[in-house]
Amino acid sequence: MAADAWAPERVSHSPIQNDPVFMSAPVRNSILELKALTKQFGSFKAVSGIDLEVGEGEFFTIVGPSGSGKTTLLRMLAGMEVPSSGDILLKGKRINDLPANQRPTCMVFQSLALFPHRTVGQNIEFPLKIRGEPAAKRRERALQLMRQLRLPENYYDKAVTQCSGGERQRVALARALAYDPQILFFDEPLSAIDYKLRKALEKELKDIHRETGKTFMYITHSLEEAMVMSDRIGVMREGRLVQVGTPDEIYSEPSDKFVSEFMGEVNVIDVRRGESGRVTSEKFNANFTAPPLPGGFETGHLVVRPEYMRFLNDGESAENRLTGRLYNEYALGSRIQYQVRVGEHVFIVERLRQKAFEAHLDDEVTIGWDASDSILVRD
Amino acid sequence: MVLLLLGFAAPLLAIVGFSFGKERTFDLWQVPAFEGYLTIVRETFYYSFLWSLGMAVATVLILAVICYPVAYGLAKIFGRWANLITLLLVLPLFVSENVRLYGWVLFLIKGGVLLGTLNSLFGIEADSILFTPGMIVFGMVYVYLPFMLFPMTLGLSMVPNDVKEAASDLGAGRLQVFREVELPLAMPGIVIGCLLTFVLSVGAIAEAKILGGQSVIPVVHDIEIAFTYAQNWPLGAAISVLLIVLVGALVLLVLRRFDLDRILGRR
Repeated sequence: MAADAWAPERVSHSPIQNDPVFMSAPVRNSILELKALTKQFGSFKAVSGIDLEVGEGEFFTIVGPSGSGKTTLLRMLAGMEVPSSGDILLKGKRINDLPANQRPTCMVFQSLALFPHRTVGQNIEFPLKIRGEPAAKRRERALQLMRQLRLPENYYDKAVTQCSGGERQRVALARALAYDPQILFFDEPLSAIDYKLRKALEKELKDIHRETGKTFMYITHSLEEAMVMSDRIGVMREGRLVQVGTPDEIYSEPSDKFVSEFMGEVNVIDVRRGESGRVTSEKFNANFTAPPLPGGFETGHLVVRPEYMRFLNDGESAENRLTGRLYNEYALGSRIQYQVRVGEHVFIVERLRQKAFEAHLDDEVTIGWDASDSILVRD
Repeated sequence: MVLLLLGFAAPLLAIVGFSFGKERTFDLWQVPAFEGYLTIVRETFYYSFLWSLGMAVATVLILAVICYPVAYGLAKIFGRWANLITLLLVLPLFVSENVRLYGWVLFLIKGGVLLGTLNSLFGIEADSILFTPGMIVFGMVYVYLPFMLFPMTLGLSMVPNDVKEAASDLGAGRLQVFREVELPLAMPGIVIGCLLTFVLSVGAIAEAKILGGQSVIPVVHDIEIAFTYAQNWPLGAAISVLLIVLVGALVLLVLRRFDLDRILGRR
């Protein structure tokens, strides 16, 4: 998905429905269903009225900034918080009041919450020991999980406190898998890991998801992380689900300004409805052509991703154009980002390194985009 | 280092030296004799040893049971009230132990605050429970409570909540979480609390004298008598050395069993 963003092909935008949360195709054989799920701490609504269905075997990720209520939501699903109102249905059965130790679900904690006084093997075997399985069977299962998660066999007797960050991740995941849960919850387990290892573990986690075929429900504050792994993503803000969709849908059809900005750096122009399908920006004293926004609107935001924003040389044209000064440029590895100032407003334009834009700082430049390269969103 | 040698090692060595002296002599430099040790065995001094160790063990066990819930509350539940409760528990430490013990005597003695009030108001005549071994243990539990409570609180506060939650999430019931996670992780604090109170209880003398009314003679009292009234320093020294060796061995045994470093996950 992200790859084709670099070949600025025109993306066609399917009409955005007017629902507050718009869903992609209905979920087949849903395993988990949330109905108006709410959690209130005093007068503060951490989670308010969440409706959601998660399909069996799906990798579903909830993304949101810190304080958006995603951890509270997950803790309710795992049975560590009691919902204030609403229902949690697991395979159609209401599990609101089922304590964590009786739910067929399991969570991988942000801190991993490994047992520091136990070895790797004992950690993984813990749920089996609780279930009262014989030692030989436990050991066999633990070693099998260790093989699956690429942990060397001689780690069985190693203290977990001696394992590296990545190894501890695997132990935590193995321990959760040993419980054989119907749904696995993940509470940002990768957030404390350095970039390179995190990228590797993200892919590994998706592989594990594929191999086990279990339902994964993951929360993170990084949409990038969510994009890599998930089948579907739910974006949360202030206790509500703002948008639910496939990574592709979230990327190309963000439902509002919050979601589009959460995706990363974008150009946003505040606009109001103008004449004959165009939109008007008071700031730039200009009219722009924009894609339609079904359901009508009065004020909205025109979003243009930096990779769809183009520099216009003499003779080149675009449906919308603005003239400003090249203020600065930044190397982003495979890409170069340019900052263009139009008045006080800063626009960002990104290009592949090999297609670098030849201009000097403070040169006058013209930038432009077509309506189909932009997205019109509500407030 | 010199200070340590002079202040700590030298008196200890002197005691060890004296313990091998002849009865009622005050000379360190003489042919070693074992009269002191023989007297301990011959004259039933081991009785007071057993009393002392037994009462200390009882004290530690009672303290462990009493302190665990309080320590749990201080570490996990009371929140901002924990500081106030801690302060209230520490305040008595500023009053001399003897004064506090005599307070209990006044409260419990025949015709004292408790029994006197009961008698005059309700006409109930009860025997005082003062001057019994049970009362000595009560006194030690009362006096040494903070020494168990605070290490225990520290130990329990070192148990991460999410590790307990994880155990419960993996299917463990309350009792299993307690046995498999909470207790082992809080063990360093509990062990330190137990050792502290045990050593203090074995060396306690005031409780037996004041609350126990000499119904039981703890070993430390024997040592005092030997060194003072009896003027039998070798005997006193021999009892002391034996006590140190016994308690030291017990402490080492416990520390070996509960390797603190291993529990803390440092090794």
